[in-house]
Amino acid sequence: MKENILNGAETILECLKREGVETLFGYPGGSAIPLFDALYDSNIKVVLSRHEQGATHMADGYARQTGKVGVVLVTSGPGATNTITGIYTAMMDSVPLVVLTAQTITSNLGKDAFQECDTSGMTFTTVKHSYLVKDPNDLPRIMKEAFHIAQTGRPGPVLIDLPKDVLAGPCTAPFTDEMDLPGYKVPTYAKESDIDEAAKIIQNSKKPLLLVGHGAMISGASRQVKELAEKINAPVTSTLLGLGTFPANHPLSLGMLGMHGTVFANKAIVEADLIFSIGSRFDDRITGKVEEFGQNAKIIHIDIDAAEKNKILKPDVFLHGDVKLVLEQLLPKVSSLKTEAWNKTIDTWKKRFPLSYPRQGGLRMQHVIRTLSEITQGKAILTVDVGQHQMWTAQFFDANYPRQLHNSGGAGTMGFGFPSSIGAAIGNTTGWPVFSIVGDGGFQMTMSELSTAAIHKLPIKILVLDNKYLGMVRQWQDMFYDKRYSSVDLEGNPNFVKLAEAYGIPGLRARRNADVAKVLQKAIDYNDGPILVHFECEKEDNVFPMIPAGASITSIITETPKVKLEKPTGST
Amino acid sequence: MTNTTEKSHSISLKVANKPGVLVRIALVFSRRGYNIDSLVVSPTLDSRFSRMNIVARGNPKILGQIIIQLEKLVDIVHAKDRTDMSVVEKELALIKVKCSTEERTEVLQLCDHFKAITVDMGENYITLQITGNSDKIDAMRSLLEKFEIIEYIRTGKVIMLRGEDQT
Repeated sequence: MKENILNGAETILECLKREGVETLFGYPGGSAIPLFDALYDSNIKVVLSRHEQGATHMADGYARQTGKVGVVLVTSGPGATNTITGIYTAMMDSVPLVVLTAQTITSNLGKDAFQECDTSGMTFTTVKHSYLVKDPNDLPRIMKEAFHIAQTGRPGPVLIDLPKDVLAGPCTAPFTDEMDLPGYKVPTYAKESDIDEAAKIIQNSKKPLLLVGHGAMISGASRQVKELAEKINAPVTSTLLGLGTFPANHPLSLGMLGMHGTVFANKAIVEADLIFSIGSRFDDRITGKVEEFGQNAKIIHIDIDAAEKNKILKPDVFLHGDVKLVLEQLLPKVSSLKTEAWNKTIDTWKKRFPLSYPRQGGLRMQHVIRTLSEITQGKAILTVDVGQHQMWTAQFFDANYPRQLHNSGGAGTMGFGFPSSIGAAIGNTTGWPVFSIVGDGGFQMTMSELSTAAIHKLPIKILVLDNKYLGMVRQWQDMFYDKRYSSVDLEGNPNFVKLAEAYGIPGLRARRNADVAKVLQKAIDYNDGPILVHFECEKEDNVFPMIPAGASITSIITETPKVKLEKPTGST
Repeated sequence: MTNTTEKSHSISLKVANKPGVLVRIALVFSRRGYNIDSLVVSPTLDSRFSRMNIVARGNPKILGQIIIQLEKLVDIVHAKDRTDMSVVEKELALIKVKCSTEERTEVLQLCDHFKAITVDMGENYITLQITGNSDKIDAMRSLLEKFEIIEYIRTGKVIMLRGEDQT
């Protein structure tokens, strides 16, 4: 009988199997050896990253793509600290992760042992929950709880710190579905009285606007959002992370709102008499100056997280529950609204203030994205880094499907775009190509994962949109700081084509707008693993429209101002 | 910075009795630069849970937000603002006062008035124990200030709902 007793590491792998985990992303080290040893005999596939931050973004990309929990496995000390940026990124965007960090042996805790760090202490504020396991017999319950917490309610990362002796010691406790979580509740339906009140407000609206956020996508409520929009004939705008939940090509779609959103979406927010936030949390990128946001409007807010109630602004009705279930409650209680005049007004704005970009001059990032949208007919998975290229992707790529556009929204983590494409490619079951849209700045933060993409022959098209600047910061310095370009010049960028080739990845290059379609087609047709395209773009181009941080939405700027602007008062 | 003129709020929590819970709670306050004025923790009749009472000052809107962010923590069963509710509220303080044998009678009179008791006494000092609500303890302390207070320590507030229901 004795040989049937599993050790802690084997118990964890059995739990992962029971949770349906097929792939994990990680990097070994001294304390983690028992787990990697157990993995040697396991069917679970390990994707070996080149840096733990990379592994965490990969698991994040996998989770965003599949809706399942992404699993990370790293060693103690620096292995664990390197995951923190990735964990924070997942936390800010409600992405379900289980992060397994190995730890020094229990008796060494608190003694500054080699590669010991207080991992759970360091991560308290950036996880949904965490555990420090002291007894291998707790593992079956803790693993069960961790997966449950990560993916229910408002999803998020759960960290489990695993001392090496817990990994090596025997676990005699049975596998279990029982959990000990007396303080944890998963919201479902909203209160019926709140639904009735919301329905009444909706029925009285002449100028309704739906504001769709990530919560709607996570909840899988695309169909319900569309049904509601069509039933009450209301225009729909999306946050960055909400894009794709409601199809961009729908006549009622206004695209993204907020700091770099469309003029018509932002005008609609100002003019609407009802703002119905569906799984969005009124981030400062959306509201601009909060005091002036939605002044003319009633506000209804659906959120699964009770702590979002009144956090930024006080809605007329807060519907606490899961977006999909709440919309199903609400749908039978609303009927068609007379919004023809409202939609007509919006159509005139759409015609008057379309998104556009200059056609003259050098290669434009906007043109790359627009062409990509057209060539793929929107049937593509995009993981995007952070900066100007990200905003142009949000503006010029028509996302018609949920879970096709992956962004680090809340955290704005540079370095996210490329490794997350590796996770997305592994989890991708759509058959569509995966594009990693990165700037020259962010790509250089995590490009060591080129070997990971190469070795797994992942079909990723890495589009490096290179303007040899940290473009978004340069834009601010241009507009608000007298063009005093300080530490934004990325002089010294490598030859990205040669760099790819050094990893055995073919590289292509484009320098003119006229070359874009051809080179993108070439990249799409390539089917032997990753390929990189280096776009040498216009160096000084600015993203418009733009609402300066902290300013009212009505201060939207649509082209380079002729006069010097005041420094923004809002955060970053 | 917490403005000292802002109103005190008494927050009572029922939490899972697990390591790290206190840190998680403290971090929700410190993230916003808020200070915890006093804190009491003790296990409940059911040893799987603890009860905590926290007193903090600040903008009521922000404290309200802090409380729902506390409730969001996985290990917190509930967190409630009990300020202005019908509760029994008690604190205990120990006050060590320097006093000569001549001054002793006056101190003991004060002690008697506040229903405090003497828990230690020597040639030149006397240590008093007082229980009651915050105002009573503040009042006694301020009256004792005409003598030299050597040391003063005070528990946080323990709170219990009046009536049959559990806090």
